[in-house]
Amino acid sequence: MILGSINPAVLLAALMVAATPILLAAIGELVVEKSGVLNLGVEGMMIMGACLGFIIAVNSGSPFLGFVGAALAGMVLAALFALLTQVLMTNHVATGLALTLFGLGLTALLGQQYVGITPPRTPRLDLGPLSQIPFFGRAFFRHDIVVYLTIALVGAVWWFLKYSRAGMILRAVGENHDAAHALGYHVKRVRLMAILFGGACAGLGGAYLSLIRVAGWTEGMTVGAGWIALALVVFASWRPWRAMAGAYLFGGVVVLQLNLQAAGVRIPVEYLSMSPYLITILVLVLMSSGKARASLNAPGSLNKQFHASG
Amino acid sequence: MIRLEKRKEPSQIWRIANPFLAVVLTMIAGGMMFAALGKDPVAAIRLIFFDPLFSEQFGSYSRPQLLIKTAPLILIAVGLAIGFKANIWNIGAEGQYIMGALFGAGVALAFYPIEGWYIFPLMILAGALGGFLWAMIPAILKTRFNTNEILVSLLLVYVAERILAAMALGLMRNPDQPGFPGSRDLRRYESAHNAELIANTGLHWGVVAALIAVIFAYIMMTRHMLGFHVQLAGQAPRAARFGGVSPARLVIICLGLAGALAGLAGMFEVSGPGGQVRIEFATGYGFTAIIVAFLGRLNPIGIVLAGFLLGLTYIGGELSQMMLQLPSASIQVFQGMLLFFLLALDFQTNYRIRLTQGARA
Repeated sequence: MILGSINPAVLLAALMVAATPILLAAIGELVVEKSGVLNLGVEGMMIMGACLGFIIAVNSGSPFLGFVGAALAGMVLAALFALLTQVLMTNHVATGLALTLFGLGLTALLGQQYVGITPPRTPRLDLGPLSQIPFFGRAFFRHDIVVYLTIALVGAVWWFLKYSRAGMILRAVGENHDAAHALGYHVKRVRLMAILFGGACAGLGGAYLSLIRVAGWTEGMTVGAGWIALALVVFASWRPWRAMAGAYLFGGVVVLQLNLQAAGVRIPVEYLSMSPYLITILVLVLMSSGKARASLNAPGSLNKQFHASG
Repeated sequence: MIRLEKRKEPSQIWRIANPFLAVVLTMIAGGMMFAALGKDPVAAIRLIFFDPLFSEQFGSYSRPQLLIKTAPLILIAVGLAIGFKANIWNIGAEGQYIMGALFGAGVALAFYPIEGWYIFPLMILAGALGGFLWAMIPAILKTRFNTNEILVSLLLVYVAERILAAMALGLMRNPDQPGFPGSRDLRRYESAHNAELIANTGLHWGVVAALIAVIFAYIMMTRHMLGFHVQLAGQAPRAARFGGVSPARLVIICLGLAGALAGLAGMFEVSGPGGQVRIEFATGYGFTAIIVAFLGRLNPIGIVLAGFLLGLTYIGGELSQMMLQLPSASIQVFQGMLLFFLLALDFQTNYRIRLTQGARA
């Protein structure tokens, strides 16, 4: 009776926590890609957020400051990416990779003295009677505030892209930068802001890993979460709510896999822990093939260089 | 007012000068970073870039290491560069490297303890096959389902790392030492040992293979039709399609070639310098090779030079780990910076900075 020992309410609660870092990074990257830029450095920005958020939170004793610092750290790396790709017109793929390598290396160096330390606890949001509801209270209403803010952020991004004027300009820039430029919009400025937003989100996602989900710092602790977030954007076919659904689905796989490990299923841990990556690949394949062609919904100018000549 | 003007032809002078400039800038920025961390910048830079070759203290150890670290970098980068030229982004060479090592070691462990001249050649074939097959996953998904090869090849690195761990702890574990993770030491199995061809030089079969790969790639890219197709597909994909170049075929060839070469690199490593299948076997050659490919301007000869430089930083990284207690991953900071500077400098290759009068706008 291995599966019987898994409590579904606890599973759902853990799923939300597991999904939050990837969802944060993915929603940021979604906005970036909507503006026509593919930033492959999500992993690097996440690990920077994880590391600096952790260092700041430990030294200041305030998880809030940690999250702020993490968002800023992500933005600094994102600004570097923006400088290179938007001003110096470098190759997006190579720049994104450089960002990831640089982030992984720098955090290994900075975080060296912080391995094995416990960060200050982020308080749970007190939702009063809601958290006392049987089953649902345990599953949905006993989380830290970041989980709920992330959901709110998804809603805000959805509203921004769909209904706000600025969001429409951003989408115009992403769909056809030449037309947007001809209309008088500042393509590079819009993209710069989107890239910075993406960096802040990735940094927050990283900090959620180091401050809450794992509650500790280890070198390279994101283990591909940034890449999975990138895949999630494709899976969501650039729609915010679908990104959330995808992140929760993914969180479910991670949590189930961890529970199976803990329950001592007779599959070696190594094989179970590869399942999130395999499922991400499977989902990418499903989304990019056949009638469900996610690429049909991809922003028209995604990953194309813009240079206003003359 | 400063204006950027696109050059009609990329500047050849900057193309060649930029890698050197990038190295100098990386040393300066890296030194500043070490100073900020409270380490002596000059000592750290010396340790990473000069001591591996010229130090009295470590020279005898680290000089042979240069070929050992450089060969896999060159072998992998040559393959990757061909794909990059065609705009096919295989960034999962690390996974292909691991699978090559596992296939190669698997053949050796299957034959153990039989001795025979045929074992090592079989391992070479298996190593290439392992990397090739692993690269075929993103290739076929790309051609069949149009799945993004960047993400798939990268995600497969994490899968390969877990297969490696599973093998080191399970199927390939040394049955004579069940208490320890890791396979038999292939260096103690004569038929499978990728031994030094000349003592104390670091020259092993992988170095020979890297040399052959460089020559082969050079001829292919400059003299062969396939090389022309690769360049054409990268620079003018539409023209390439009209010219009868099949994009799907190119994806299979580029990824397959890079995968096979990365697999070979893994196999030569596991049977020689690495010695056994261990959890910590993969040390990022597959990622560093991406930088080698760019720094070498995607040109086989350039890649040889870039490979030596980054091989040097690998040894320097090990030394600084010992001497300055820096984590081994910190060498990635240098690698990342190097790529940043190179990419940033390259805008001079493609664009001209013009200072114009405000009135002329």
